[in-house]
Amino acid sequence: MLTQRQVRLAWLLVLPTLLVVVLVAGYPLAQVFYWSFFKADIAFVEPPVFVGLENYRFLLQDPDFRQSLWNTLKFTVISVGLETLLGLAIALVIHSNFRGRGLVRTAILIPWAIPTVVSAKMWQWMLHDVYGVINVIGVKLGLLSQKVAFLARPELILPSIIAVDVWKTTPFMALLLLAGLQLIPEELYEAASIDGATRWQQFWTITLPLLTPALVVALIFRTLDALRVFDVIFVMSGANPATRSLAIYNRQTLIDFQDLGYGSAISVAILALIFVFVILYMRTIGKEALK
Amino acid sequence: MKAFWRAANRGLFYLLVVFVVVYSVFPFYWAVISSFKPSDALFSPDPSFLPIPFTLDHNKNVFLQANFGRNLLNSLIVAGGATLLSLVLGVLAAYALGRLPFPPKNAVLYLVLAMTMFPQISVLGGLFMLLRQTGLFNTHLGLILTYLLFTLPFTVWVLVGYFRGLPRELEEAAYVDGATPLQTLLKVMLPLTGPGLVTTGLLAFIAAWNEYLFALTFTVGDAVKTVPPAIASFGGATPFEIPWGSIMAASVVVTVPLVVLVLIFQGRIVAGLTAGAVKG
Repeated sequence: MLTQRQVRLAWLLVLPTLLVVVLVAGYPLAQVFYWSFFKADIAFVEPPVFVGLENYRFLLQDPDFRQSLWNTLKFTVISVGLETLLGLAIALVIHSNFRGRGLVRTAILIPWAIPTVVSAKMWQWMLHDVYGVINVIGVKLGLLSQKVAFLARPELILPSIIAVDVWKTTPFMALLLLAGLQLIPEELYEAASIDGATRWQQFWTITLPLLTPALVVALIFRTLDALRVFDVIFVMSGANPATRSLAIYNRQTLIDFQDLGYGSAISVAILALIFVFVILYMRTIGKEALK
Repeated sequence: MKAFWRAANRGLFYLLVVFVVVYSVFPFYWAVISSFKPSDALFSPDPSFLPIPFTLDHNKNVFLQANFGRNLLNSLIVAGGATLLSLVLGVLAAYALGRLPFPPKNAVLYLVLAMTMFPQISVLGGLFMLLRQTGLFNTHLGLILTYLLFTLPFTVWVLVGYFRGLPRELEEAAYVDGATPLQTLLKVMLPLTGPGLVTTGLLAFIAAWNEYLFALTFTVGDAVKTVPPAIASFGGATPFEIPWGSIMAASVVVTVPLVVLVLIFQGRIVAGLTAGAVKG
């Protein structure tokens, strides 16, 4: 009797959240799917025309789409790769016992807390071609032979943007990996030391294998984030085709060009790309949490 | 000789520590001192690393010239509203999912987990039309509702973890005393999830405070515009002159509350971040 009342209460409590999910995700998503089969503008100035798979056919041969996909993949692989290496190094540093450890942990949280738009602006100023502090220090230390226009030279824009993203998101990586490191029992290292294993050997035979689950989760997490990248690239170089990500191209098509039909098809394509990673993610995290 | 190597090792290690701290903190430090330098010191080929000479001009400019005060207030309303709404709805749902018998529990939990990873861009067009049709375009409420897309699922997911961690006996004792499940939630369980509420509230607030894509797309003019799109489009008196001093001043003003929150609640934030990703 009590149980049945509890079940009814549970439904009542979950209902508002489900309604919100339908309202802000389910319904808009259904719209996006629906309009991806039409030729339509977002203000409906012209009456929409059903075109079947035409938008998707166009997508497959659209060089702008291909370029944005390529930019996004380049950005994702390089920045997530660098973040992982750097994050692991920082996690290992914080994990070892030393004075001032709390201070370091606090310090690395600062880039994480700073809004992406703000960090992009801060770095734009630091990378300024004449007055930027990076140019000033670089020339003074002899690392640069002359001042560099980081954000104007085509081959340097993407690396500069990646540097900003790495700075901003490495802390998150480091904290996830640190949590993973703290789960490894200390006794394993003690036993290995007694057996005469060097630090280096301990890293490869104990730390890395036992850290793998945390590493996989962090990697999937960051990859999903990077595939959706919008803020940092848009603030630093706008809709510049050379660096434009999928999300930027999608917004441009939908909002600036008002092209609801083709824009929706791009949205569906992005969703499909990310869906693969979400499944991977749910398999790794979901299983453990739901057992 | 061995002692020498140990000392060298130690020295190298601390060098690494210093590097990590400088790398993390310096860009923000540079923004802070840039916001306090007069323009001639700012645009100098040999800039000083301290805010000398010192001026408050850029800070004054930001608040006097642009609608920055309005943008700040908008950010506060939108981020605060989204956080509050997520917490209220999130607590109710998380209690049901974490403590009550609920047949489609796993299905809902999977849905919530998938939602935490949902790409905002994929519903941008749909939400844009929805807001236009309902008259919520360019309103605070419209922005708050769309922000629930990313704040609510995360809140529910983390709070379920907190509710599950509470001992069974408490609930049972309350039932024995004749409390209804709802009373049990409000009087017994809720006070115990305080730390969880603080953590998820903070993370939701920070996410909403920093959001850019929706704020850029769903607002026009400054009436509702939040700080991130305002800073991104900060212009100078002429198109050729970028007011770096004012941009840095605005950047510092929006970031300081976050940095203070992080300094106070760093333990909770780290716990929340790792709970959201690792344990669930």
